[in-house]
Amino acid sequence: MPKDLLDSKDMDRTITRMAHEVLEKNRGVEGLCLVGIQRGGVHLAKRLAEKIKSIEGRDVPVGALDIALYRDDLNIRKEYPAVRKTDIPFEITGQVVVLVDDVLFTGRSIRAAMDALMDIGRPARIELAVLIDRGHRELPVRADFVGKNIPTSVGETVEVEFSEEAGRDRVVLVRQ
Amino acid sequence: MKKGLNLLIRNGHIIDPSQGMDGKGDLLIEDGRIRELEIRDSEFKTQDSRFKIQNSRLEIIDASGLYVLPGLVDMHVHLREPGYEYKETIKTGTMAAVRGGFTTVCCMPNTKPVNDNETVTEFILRKAYAEGACYVYTIGAITKGQKGEELAEMGMMRDAGCVAFSDDGFPVMNSLLMRRALEYSRVFGVPVISHAEDAGLSAGGVMNEGALSVRLGLRGIPAAAEVVMIKRDIELAALTGGRLHIAHVSTAGGVRAVREAKKAGIAVTAETCPHYFTLTEEVVYGYNTNAKVNPPLRTERDVEALKEGLADGTIDVIATDHAPHHMDEKLCEFDKAASGISGLETALPLCLRLVEEGVLSMRDLVEKTALNPAMITGIERGSLRKGAAADVVLLDPDREFTVDPEGFASMGRNTPFGGWRLRGRPVAVICKGRMHEIDSGAVKQL
Amino acid sequence: MGEAGQQLKNKDIVGIKDLSLEEIELILDTAVGFRDVLRRDIKKVPTLRGKTVVNLFFEPSTRTRTSFELAAKRLSTDVINFSVSASSVVKGESLIDTAMTIQALGADVVIIRHSSSGVPHLLARHLKASVINAGDGINEHPTQALLDAFTIMEKNGAVRGLRIAIVGDILHSRVAKSNIYCLRTLGAEVRLIGPPTLIPEGLVDPDIEVFHSMEDGLRDADVVMMLRIQMERQDTGFFPTTDEYFRLWGLTRERLALAKPGATVMHPGPMNRGIEIASDVADSAQSVILEQVTNGIAVRMAVLYLLSGWRSGD
Repeated sequence: MPKDLLDSKDMDRTITRMAHEVLEKNRGVEGLCLVGIQRGGVHLAKRLAEKIKSIEGRDVPVGALDIALYRDDLNIRKEYPAVRKTDIPFEITGQVVVLVDDVLFTGRSIRAAMDALMDIGRPARIELAVLIDRGHRELPVRADFVGKNIPTSVGETVEVEFSEEAGRDRVVLVRQ
Repeated sequence: MKKGLNLLIRNGHIIDPSQGMDGKGDLLIEDGRIRELEIRDSEFKTQDSRFKIQNSRLEIIDASGLYVLPGLVDMHVHLREPGYEYKETIKTGTMAAVRGGFTTVCCMPNTKPVNDNETVTEFILRKAYAEGACYVYTIGAITKGQKGEELAEMGMMRDAGCVAFSDDGFPVMNSLLMRRALEYSRVFGVPVISHAEDAGLSAGGVMNEGALSVRLGLRGIPAAAEVVMIKRDIELAALTGGRLHIAHVSTAGGVRAVREAKKAGIAVTAETCPHYFTLTEEVVYGYNTNAKVNPPLRTERDVEALKEGLADGTIDVIATDHAPHHMDEKLCEFDKAASGISGLETALPLCLRLVEEGVLSMRDLVEKTALNPAMITGIERGSLRKGAAADVVLLDPDREFTVDPEGFASMGRNTPFGGWRLRGRPVAVICKGRMHEIDSGAVKQL
Repeated sequence: MGEAGQQLKNKDIVGIKDLSLEEIELILDTAVGFRDVLRRDIKKVPTLRGKTVVNLFFEPSTRTRTSFELAAKRLSTDVINFSVSASSVVKGESLIDTAMTIQALGADVVIIRHSSSGVPHLLARHLKASVINAGDGINEHPTQALLDAFTIMEKNGAVRGLRIAIVGDILHSRVAKSNIYCLRTLGAEVRLIGPPTLIPEGLVDPDIEVFHSMEDGLRDADVVMMLRIQMERQDTGFFPTTDEYFRLWGLTRERLALAKPGATVMHPGPMNRGIEIASDVADSAQSVILEQVTNGIAVRMAVLYLLSGWRSGD
């Protein structure tokens, strides 16, 4: 039985707090954009943008980043990942990019995402926002905005479900 | 006491169309020649025989369950010697023949140098006499160097031993030259064998032309390339009165043309090969170079027409067109790959499938693989007549085996039949005064 | 974790004939991502670092070789161009010898072009590396068909239901053959136009209509795909002269007007202006000939990516 870590209300409250933190740290939305990592990070980035709009009354650009081509595990995987769309229809050079992902684990995806971003432009600064930080870092990566820290064992995975895809919002812990 | 092979073969099913024999009986060989044969209704219970056996060293073989046939005659093989000894030699080619039940082969002239003169003919015959496991007869070239430009010295080659003439592998494109060959050869009464292919229509082609060649992107050879040429040569035979033999008929149109010519009383005979009545072009799929052969494998419709032609007597002969090649000549681009199938060691069981299907009787089969080719080439073989040299095959029609090209006696392992499960195999072949046990231990001594 | 992708069934791409609809769609979908990469300032991704791609060309070709080379370089592979001139053939090195040499050099992907049909299939059987057919004889040129389909989709949204006329020397065109298989699989209505001497009987299945007149065949076409008249193959007179050919089968502005308004005009290049296509048509807004070239790189990147990720089922 998977254990519910956050239900939809919890998730909403957490994202609201994260939006406030992003705005607080960056003193508003000037020069700010959000880039979600395919696929969970993209949903989260859109949610954050909505919250920011409801707080600040201003739109913040949201992009989607696919990191398949930048992964470091291609040769040890059983299969190559599907290549999904990278859709960042705005200039990121000189901007503050808040990289958004649903779960922060080893940090390897974030390394790949930063490399991918750098090939697209030269941001003034990259910040990292994640809904869940489950530990077990393999690279020196630290998130600037964390929804919830959830210590896990390696045998567990954390799954974040968004209503856009799964029909409801929740975060569950799955033991393998 | 006679020194040569002395053998009594008992209780076998003897078939010899030359004498109209078809039944259980005994065959006595003395000093390498057929001394007596007899068909009986009942099997011998004892070792008694009506035959007067004076030879105390007589070996007696129990051939019950076996066919006893005249040694098969293949009027279309390539022995590759001289010049292409890396593909095959007279020694290995004739060993392959014996393994396949053939005691006589006629070799085509496309050697290096071409057998277009008596010196080459004599070389081959001398070598075959010394090293050949079976009897070898030569077919001389129609034109010098098989170039299709001027007639070769047919008369001198005939004197040296050639039994037919052919530019096999190349058509004689010049109609006038083919007319001359058919006219001139009448002096010697030997057939001119036509490799029927219109070189213009077949140019660049590597397989049968049709939906499959388009699908594979391989250039096609239309059936018309063969039919056009067969029809031309038939007209020339009618014009000249020469004896025409059509090699390796592969098409329905070819069968039809020969059938009509025979009906019109024109002196034409025809052969086909086991691969043409067994396989279709489908085998080429996957660019299988072992299925590359000239003329190419055709369609189901052609296969059916060939079987009809065999059944109604339009096609007189089944020959192998045994064409051994080196592995490197097949392990390459399909366009570049050599054409041909190493056929001697699979021909007989493939022919037996025709008997099983009811296309031919056993007797028809022996006619087409022994008697007819011998008659067409004027060779005194293909028969179990008393007094004839003992060319005999003991065939087990039920013995099943898997074709393993690596186990071939031929140096050419180029066969599309590798891995096929076939039925019917010679267990012993008597030829040139000795008995070859093909399937060791299968010959039962009494 | 990144989601696992779909896979191609085989380690090689030797022909469209051997690909399923799903596989073709997978390649085309994947190519979208690479087209975006090619639109950036930095047109290179580190994906296939450490892999070696060998361009093994037995036939001269600048376009296809360059396109594959660029695709491989954009993926950060090391590319070796191995042009086999007649000299090696004269020296007696067999095809298999050459292929084994390439394997020993450590190739992960071998891209082969050869004048004999079936050579990629032969190499695919003998090599552990993935083999991509870059054109074999008069058989197939699968990546060209894939980039054409990609271009048609980009222009028309989808391929299904489109009426696509392929014009010219179908008989000798591996591009045409791959396109016929590809477009039929994707659900297009394919028609062939050209002289009977250049349209082989075997391709004519009941779903493919053949026209010998441009005026009839072009009617209401959504896409007009012109083929190159291969002058070197015309030695045995498939048509009398190029002048007559252009008169009867050349694509002119007047003839193009018979197709649907704004119909897409394609050509795999290199073009013979004034033989199969009029210059003003080739340079018109309806022509996507240069887009085809750009998309070729994206599609070839997709193919290289998918084959590099191929793992045997067991």
